[in-house]
Amino acid sequence: MSQFTQPTLERPPMALAPTQAVSLNINGKAHTLQIAPWTTLLDALREYLDLTGTKKGCDHGQCGACTVLVDGKRINSCLSLAVMQEGSEIQTIEGLGSEDNLSPLQQAFIDHDAFQCGYCTPGQICSAQGLLNEGRATTEAEVRELMSGNLCRCGAYSNILSAVMEVLGNKGAEAAGSQATPKKESKEGARQWAAGAASQSVPPVEPAK
Amino acid sequence: MSLITDYIGKPTSRVDGPAKVLGTAKYAAEFNVPNLLYGYVVSSPIAKGKITKIDSEKVRALPGVQEVFTHENVPNYAFLDRSYKDDVAPGGSPFRPLHDAEIKYSLQPVALIVADTFELARYAASILHIEYEEAAHETELTKHIDEAYEPGRGKTGYKPPKSRGNFGRGWKEGVAHMEGQFSHHAQHHNPMEMFASTVEWLGDKKLNIYDKTQGVFNSQQYVNKVFGLSKDQARVISKYTGGGFGSGLRPQYQLFMAVMASLQLERSVRVSLTRQQMFSFGHRPETLQHVALATAADGSLTGMNHFAVAETSQFEDFTENVVGWTGTLYDCKNVKLGYRLAKLDVFSPLDMRAPGAASGSIALEIAMDEMAYAAGLDPLEFRIRNYSDFDQAQNLPYSSKALRKCYAEGAAKFGWEQRTPEPGSMRDGNLLVGWGMGGGIWDASKQPAVVKASLDADGHLTVSSGTNDIGTGTYTIMTQIAAESMGLPIEAVTFVLGDTTLPESPLQGGSWTAASVGNSVVEACNKLGEALLKQAQKMDHATFKDAKIDDVQFVNGQMRLRTDLTQGIVLRDIVQASGEPKMEAENSTVLTKLEMLKPPKYSMHAHNAVFVEVKVDPDLMTVHVTRVVNAVAAGRIINPKTARSQVLGSVVWGISSALMEESVMDHRFGRYMNHNYAEYHVPVNADIHDIDVIFVNEEDDKVNPLGIKGIGEVGLLGVAAAVANAIYHATGKRVRDLPITIDKLL
Repeated sequence: MSQFTQPTLERPPMALAPTQAVSLNINGKAHTLQIAPWTTLLDALREYLDLTGTKKGCDHGQCGACTVLVDGKRINSCLSLAVMQEGSEIQTIEGLGSEDNLSPLQQAFIDHDAFQCGYCTPGQICSAQGLLNEGRATTEAEVRELMSGNLCRCGAYSNILSAVMEVLGNKGAEAAGSQATPKKESKEGARQWAAGAASQSVPPVEPAK
Repeated sequence: MSLITDYIGKPTSRVDGPAKVLGTAKYAAEFNVPNLLYGYVVSSPIAKGKITKIDSEKVRALPGVQEVFTHENVPNYAFLDRSYKDDVAPGGSPFRPLHDAEIKYSLQPVALIVADTFELARYAASILHIEYEEAAHETELTKHIDEAYEPGRGKTGYKPPKSRGNFGRGWKEGVAHMEGQFSHHAQHHNPMEMFASTVEWLGDKKLNIYDKTQGVFNSQQYVNKVFGLSKDQARVISKYTGGGFGSGLRPQYQLFMAVMASLQLERSVRVSLTRQQMFSFGHRPETLQHVALATAADGSLTGMNHFAVAETSQFEDFTENVVGWTGTLYDCKNVKLGYRLAKLDVFSPLDMRAPGAASGSIALEIAMDEMAYAAGLDPLEFRIRNYSDFDQAQNLPYSSKALRKCYAEGAAKFGWEQRTPEPGSMRDGNLLVGWGMGGGIWDASKQPAVVKASLDADGHLTVSSGTNDIGTGTYTIMTQIAAESMGLPIEAVTFVLGDTTLPESPLQGGSWTAASVGNSVVEACNKLGEALLKQAQKMDHATFKDAKIDDVQFVNGQMRLRTDLTQGIVLRDIVQASGEPKMEAENSTVLTKLEMLKPPKYSMHAHNAVFVEVKVDPDLMTVHVTRVVNAVAAGRIINPKTARSQVLGSVVWGISSALMEESVMDHRFGRYMNHNYAEYHVPVNADIHDIDVIFVNEEDDKVNPLGIKGIGEVGLLGVAAAVANAIYHATGKRVRDLPITIDKLL
């Protein structure tokens, strides 16, 4: 019988760095936290600020559930230390809309049933908002590709696509000041743009107000 | 006549939608109760052996570390195995966390560090020193087929498969034959939310337990039995569950650890698992299957043989119905079925979306495709020729069966008649195009469920039952059913779930929640209706003086006389006249022993038919599933919007199972090596293309009063096989070992 000793990180315990003050600007509000310097932005939000809308799905930058917007750009908050974001404008799902004033993406996600369990949803919506901010996706194929950093184990991808395409379409229409519709995919031009919605025999229903 | 308060069958948006898109829906690890401590689990690096030494001195010296729990200092709680058994425990001896020095599987939890912060607990876990003595482990199923044995009936819902006729004779009678070995690897549920329990210490051993589970009552009874706590002391709450797929059917070890630490430290404690640790408990078992089929000249099946060997742990016999469906789905006199288990040094497998059927349908539906080719028939035509109009396995008629409609409507939508049968005969430019099909069958079952309906003086109806919503749409469909039953606008109805202080409901699994809780919601509303009528008759209101319950209807917020619809009374006014703040009624569908023993009169099942298009690059052999049509017959669909999402998700699961998903075991270490989300492949948005969902009309007044069959599982069946069959059609390569990764096609 062989012996197996679990390898340990041989850091002397007394080297534990003390906590420090970290100032964060989140959803337009300033917060100062007294935290260990290796606290991730994700844990700072969830465990120290009770902003639990941002989800932890892997803690390794593999699933996208923790996506937030930093200066308008989408990032995985589990891959950033909180201290790295001092001086940045951080926006979380809690800052995107409110019960009386859902953001267009939030409303579209409800209308298109773009989630089931809801756990990946805040990350999907923040990621989609980041995608809109980037302004580089116009086709279905591009949206699919650029939303592929966000896993959804319930498999709501078709509906997520429909929701994002709808908002993208409306945004495009606003910008053009007309009834413009998003570009159709060149290869399959005959197909309707919202794959999920096209096959749905019933229109989305407004949620109860 | 369509009434404003007709909601059943309407595509209603999720009532819990706003909470989910705003981030206000709180999951188990998100209850930040005051003075919370954080637990972090240390997992075993070896697959078998024992712990010989634990040195926690350095860890304990860290300021802020509260305790290091290992088998050396966790008190002995309940003694008997039965105290650790939950509602769906298989036969055997359940795993007890931190119980002794023995290591039974890789990633077994060996210690829990509890500290003031998550950061500190995680760091402390990394410096805990543990020594092990390794023993030889066995994790390779293929090496243990000969030792496989027939399991007993240990687990709820497991039926040992029954053979019929004489397969040997049927095989000889056949003029065309197929025979093949099929396999798929272990799969882990991996819901997006990782398992977590937040235990709030309320003093005097009174706990609020926020648990990730598919059944609060199952978690509660486990805590009651293991820790000797009363129901009053252990309240379990689960308002939102970030995906389950079966993983939350059994209480997982973080629940034991969080409750144990809370009781020991008399503090509130949260224990969250890591994504890596999500591979440290139940999974869909690796299964090896053998199928042999024979047909007569007219394409009718003369013999079917389906045999499966699946892995289980050393300590429990996890069973599922892998081969049983083969005896039901197709018409055949001679059916031989067998199912065995082999014990390995792994954790016990666990029901995972369409347990058994998902595995069995992979082998059966690929075999049916092979048989169709061997018999020279179109795969759809072949299935239609062997259509079962009577359940030969149970010797019962079907309560309803609209699978023919699934075949017809699915094929029409897909354009199946344009298929040319020869493999490699269809192209899109340079790409090989393949069209394949499959299908499946799932039980329509119903469990006892208690529901309370309560109407307050403002006219708001609250309906409650301690069921769950793991993303299935339970909140929404129960609200719809209650609103229509009571004739109230949906805004005036709230459905409450996920709390052991509510009326008792079964685990959310088996596709039975809609039927079980839904029918009980109707009954509770009917009883409330009777109470309202009685109260109205006490009021100075001549209209309802002699009315019976059948003489009135509840619509648009009123109770009205059926004979004179202009005569109505607003429900709110009845409650106000009662002088009470609310009027209540409770319905229990708990069966008597006599009712439970009554043999069923009908075979009750949901069915589906799946049509898949793949496009394969002939040089790189990359596979894209470009089009799927999934036609489902599942009785009445309460909400086509949420039900469609369930089937969309099932299709994604099927594609995943066909092309990507496997927990890769390195047998040298007895360890799943891809235990993270980057290496355990599941589809991303770019992998998913057009999916069409069809719900064919299927009325069934026998299955249950609402005619519901359940939709959570049936949609998955046949998808993986249809993908495999489409790949064969595109490439001529028959792959019987899933997932079909590129290396198997090159």
